[in-house]
This record gives sequence, structure tokens and C-alpha cells, in this order.
Amino acid sequence: MLQFKKGAVLALALLSGTSAIAQQRTITYYTDYDPIPLAAMEALIADFEAANPDIKVTLQNFDHEGYKTAIRNFLTTDAPDLANWYAGNRMAPFVNAGQFMDVSDVWAANDLGTSLASAQASMTIDGKQWGVPYTYYQWGIYYNKSVYDQVGAKVPATWDEFIANCELFKAAGIDCLTTGTSALWPGAGIFDYLDLRTNGYDYHMSLTAGKTPWTDQGVRNTFAEWAKVQPYITANHAAIDWQDAAALMVQGKAANYVMGNFAVGVLKEGGMTNDTLGFMAFPTINPDVVRAEEAPTDTVHIPAGAKNPEDAKTFLAYMASAEAQTKWNAAVGQLPINAGSTVDTSDPFLSAGFELLSTTKGGIAQFFDRDAPAEMAKIGMEGFQEFMVYPDHLDDILNRLEEARQRIYK
Amino acid sequence: MTVAFTDAEKPQRSWWRSNQQWLTPWLFLAPGLAMFILYVIWPIFSSFQLSLYDYDGLGTKVWLGWDNYKELFGDRAFKTSLKNNVIWLVMYMLAVPLGLAIAIFLNQTVRGIRIYKSLFFFPFVISQVVVGLIFSWFYAPNFGLLYKLTEMLTGKGTAILANPELATYGIIAAGLWPQIAYCMILYLTGLNNVAPDQIEAARLDGAKGLKMLWYVILPQLRPATFIAVVVTVIGALRSFDLVSIMTNGGPFGSTRVLSYYMYEQALSEYGYRMGYGAAIAVVLFGIMMIFISGFVWKMVRDERGNR
Repeated sequence: MLQFKKGAVLALALLSGTSAIAQQRTITYYTDYDPIPLAAMEALIADFEAANPDIKVTLQNFDHEGYKTAIRNFLTTDAPDLANWYAGNRMAPFVNAGQFMDVSDVWAANDLGTSLASAQASMTIDGKQWGVPYTYYQWGIYYNKSVYDQVGAKVPATWDEFIANCELFKAAGIDCLTTGTSALWPGAGIFDYLDLRTNGYDYHMSLTAGKTPWTDQGVRNTFAEWAKVQPYITANHAAIDWQDAAALMVQGKAANYVMGNFAVGVLKEGGMTNDTLGFMAFPTINPDVVRAEEAPTDTVHIPAGAKNPEDAKTFLAYMASAEAQTKWNAAVGQLPINAGSTVDTSDPFLSAGFELLSTTKGGIAQFFDRDAPAEMAKIGMEGFQEFMVYPDHLDDILNRLEEARQRIYK
Repeated sequence: MTVAFTDAEKPQRSWWRSNQQWLTPWLFLAPGLAMFILYVIWPIFSSFQLSLYDYDGLGTKVWLGWDNYKELFGDRAFKTSLKNNVIWLVMYMLAVPLGLAIAIFLNQTVRGIRIYKSLFFFPFVISQVVVGLIFSWFYAPNFGLLYKLTEMLTGKGTAILANPELATYGIIAAGLWPQIAYCMILYLTGLNNVAPDQIEAARLDGAKGLKMLWYVILPQLRPATFIAVVVTVIGALRSFDLVSIMTNGGPFGSTRVLSYYMYEQALSEYGYRMGYGAAIAVVLFGIMMIFISGFVWKMVRDERGNR
């Protein structure tokens, strides 16, 4: 009898439980986080659910690389209500295929055009916004202060000074510029900055959008600057990963590294500190060009097949808010996009990045493989890698890229 | 009164009874056949069909006709991949004689020979991914063993995987390590079956060393050689995992093989040209068919000969 009573109570509890859930609306959210950002997002979701008790967010996390394939499947078959992705040309295929929902109304209702102004251009296709950006990080040159002191080099402000320093480093047997292009993309960071500094943001965007031919004189000027530093780049970079190149810098065998802010973690794990690791903006090449920077932006989107777009939009508005962005980025060590957010001032790299990006007049590029279509990015990055090994193949490389451009951007 | 049975009144044999002789094998084959058709035959035709379209996996398919194939034959990356596939096929064949040499070397009765045999067989047991990783550390610039060794000998380290001319050979060497072990084990079992009386007879006739090997042992090892060649050819054509682990097809695409290029074009982060990838797959299928039909033809011929 007691047994029966227990069962009845349990059934009752279950019943009441389901009725509570029935009143609560659910939104599903697919993400591609590593452990630290995942924990940060779970904390945000807890805050959101506390503020909106009638909405429950179900988060499903994917492996970062696997997500890039998975998203193509789940958008067409079983779409969640929210999905992580990237800004710029990376979202274009999904927008053009009608897989992402137009969220311009969220932007208008929350005045995001003002608070997220720095990333608005990269979220806009056909005059509409297709998602909400919530984090980015700066690129630039990370350098080893100890080797700068060792050879008596000064932190350069111009490209000529940078090259002059390279002579000093070479004499000391140190790689002036290190990189590891085994995965191709680190080389694109160097190209992006050389092009942004030589020809400016508009030219670079026109190039990655396929409107400027690769055989153009402007591109040749960029590669001419690259050729100046090519002899000082770490040999065999084609076979090393970016983490291995970071190791060279930790060991004092390399002086400068064109990288994104995520490298700081790796460099510090290797033993560098705020006293030995420095950050500088990429030096000026053409003084007439307005300074533009590179800051890949991560975004949240509502798939067109979302079952609960209304509540998903509430969540998007929350993700766009200054508090949410401050909290998430503080936990992860990246930069919030909302102009009202704050960053941890005790982290010199974050503060430097925030300063750098918020004072950028020229524009913010996403990174070569996000600004250019995927196929062009691949062929381009192979060309960059080849140029850094065989600079005399330049004509061949540019002709190949131009052929690809004419085929890819129909 | 005797009743003559007319035809119609004969005891009826059911349809099943009269047909079961030829039907039964097909019934037993049916599950396997269904799987084979669904997962092998149908995809072959479907990918051939896909290779005539421009398709990114999301949008609409656009009919191209033979354009993908035309593009393929002007595509330098495709030529590199094809060339590398040929290099793989040729170099991989080294696994057969080397496997034989090790098998003969190990085919003796010494204390602890089983341990030596298993040690030699060891690389075949570990995953290709692990083999690739081990070798890429072995080759790694700055800290790899080979790099240090060449640095010591010549004063300048060679980073095999950073050199577009050497990288493919570096990967093949990594692939040969487990493949030699595989051929070795095939030959070891083959050597167990070599008739001792024939060897004795050859001894009496004065056969020794290489002559013995060539005229007496090798002919008896023909089945093992056949299988060794087959698995080596297949291994060379499937050389995807090592390329993917060790170089990602780099430096600048110089170590691509067809299977990797197909993956890159159709499925990788920078790809999603399903039609173009399918066209590469069709070409790879064509190359495999040359070998497969050769092997099948030989097997059928041997079977007929045995009857």
C-alpha cells in the first residue's frame, strides 16, 4: 500500500512537472564551443532564463571543426532556433540559400545600429542584418620584448623600421617574423595586413569580393612589400603549425608573430608574461592609407526553419546587450562588440585590442577566409604559402589566382 | 475400377517446390545484394550523375553537362593529384619485395622468433593516423629526429614535409612502414605452406640462394604475391588518411592525391563543390576499375583453370 502511495505521488509530481514545462517555451541553440566559451555561454543562458522564466534554452554543443559540416545538414533538415556562425562572406552562402532569417527588426527595435556599429557592415547583406555579433578579437603583431632588448631594436612604427629591425635580428640568428602555415590560414593574416596597409580597406574588400583582379598593380605592390620581409620569415613554415611557431617565439628564436589575440594564451602557457610579450599594431606602410584592422567576428543567427523564432529573437536581443557581451567576453578573454560594454583593464592585450579596434577609422576586415568565398580563400592561401617559399613564382601565383577569381565570382 | 490419373489430377507441386532450386541461393543473397546495391552500386551511378551538375549541397543543382570534366583536365591541382597517385602506386609497390625480404629473414627457428615477428608486424596494427603523427614528428622542422640528424650531418636541417618536391615521398615512406608489415605477414603465412619436399629435391639438384628463391620458392608463393599486390594497390589508391594527417595536401597542394582532392573539393571547410568533387571521384573510380577488373579477370581465369 505504501508502495502504491509512493507511486501515485511520483506520478502526480511527474504530471505537474510536465504541465509546468508545457507553459515554458523552449528554444534550441546549436554551438561550436571549446570548454571555456561553453561555460561562459551556459552562464549567460542561466541569466537569460532567470530573466525570462517562461523561456527555456536547450543548448547543444558540437565539436568546433565538425560543426562546419554539421551546420549544412541541420539547417536544411532539423533546424534549431539559434545557431552560431561567422560574419562576412562566411554567412553569405546561407543567407543566399535562404537558410538564415532576416533579423533587421531585432536590430531596429534595440537600436543595435548604434551599439554594434563597428560590426554592422559585416552583418549586412542586401541592406538587411542576418544575425547578431557578440565577440571579436584583434589581430596584430605579438613580439618578444626580450629579443628586442637583446639586439637593441626599437618597436617599429613604420614598415621600413620593421624591415630595418629584421636585419638586426638576422645578425643575431633570430627569425624576424615567424609563422606556421601548415594549416594555411596564418599566412593569410600577413597578406591581409600588408594589403590593408598598402592599399587600404576599400581596396582589400573589393579584392576579396572579387571586383579587383589579382593581377592588378595594387596587389603587386602588396606582394612587393611582402618580398621585403620574405627572407626573414621562419624557414620551413610550410610544415609547422601555428602553435609550433609560437614555441619559437617563446624560446627567443623568433621576434615577431602576426597573429590573433587567441595566441596570447598559448604564448603565456609557454612561459611568456606581460613583461616579455608585447603587442603592436601592424606598422604603417603607406602613410596615406587610413588605418584599418582585422577582427574576425563570431555571430548568432536564427535559421529560417526555426520553430520558435519569436523567443529566439528575444535571446538575440539579449546577446546583443552590453551586459551579456561584457560577461561572456570577460570569461573568454575576447572583445565585446557592444560599444557600451567594458573590458578587463588589467589585461594589457585586451585593452590594447579594445583601444585599437574602437579607434579604427578605416574599417574592420573579417579575415581573408571569411571575407573571400571559401574556394577563393583556399586557393589564395595556398598562393600566399607558395610565395613565402618561392617569391620568384609571383607571376605564376597571381595568374592562377586571377583565373580562379574569374571562375569563382560569376 | 481403376481410375487413370489425368494430368490435372496429378499431385500438385506447389510453385515454391518447383522453383526452390534456383530461388534459394537468391533468397540467401538478397540481404547482401540489397545492401550492395543500396550502398555501392547506387552511389556509383548517383555520383556520376552528380558530377554533371554544379551543386553546393544547399542551393539548387545547375546542369553543367561535361563542364566539370573539362575543367578537371585544365586544373593544375588535379594534374598534381594524378601525378602523385602514380608516384604512390609505383613507390608503394616497394612494400611487396621488402615484405618478402623481411618474411624470408624471419622465417627461421631462433629463440624468441615470435617476438621478433610481432615486433615487425606491430606498425600494421596501429592506426594510420598514429603512423602519420609519428612520422610528422620524425620529420618536424626544428625538433624532429630526421631534421636533427640531417642538421648534424650536413649542417642544414631538411624539413621533408616543407619541401614540395620531397613531401610526397616523405608521406609514402610513412605509408610503407605498415604496408611492408602487411606484405610480410602475407608472405610469412605463404612460406609456411611451401612444400618441404620440393625444397629438398631442389637442394639435391644443387639449387642455392637466389636461384632457389626465384625458381622454387617464389612460384609457390604466387597466391601470396597476388594478394600482396592487390592490397598494396588498394592501399596506394586509398592514401587519404596519411595525406590528411601529415600535410593537409600541402605545402601549397603539392602532396594532394585524388582521394584527398575529392574530399577537399566536396566536403572540406573550403570546398562544397559537390559536382566537381563527384567528377574527381568518377575519375578515381575509373582508375580503380582498371585494377579491379584486372584482378577479377585473373581470379576468374584461375578458377576456370582449376576446374
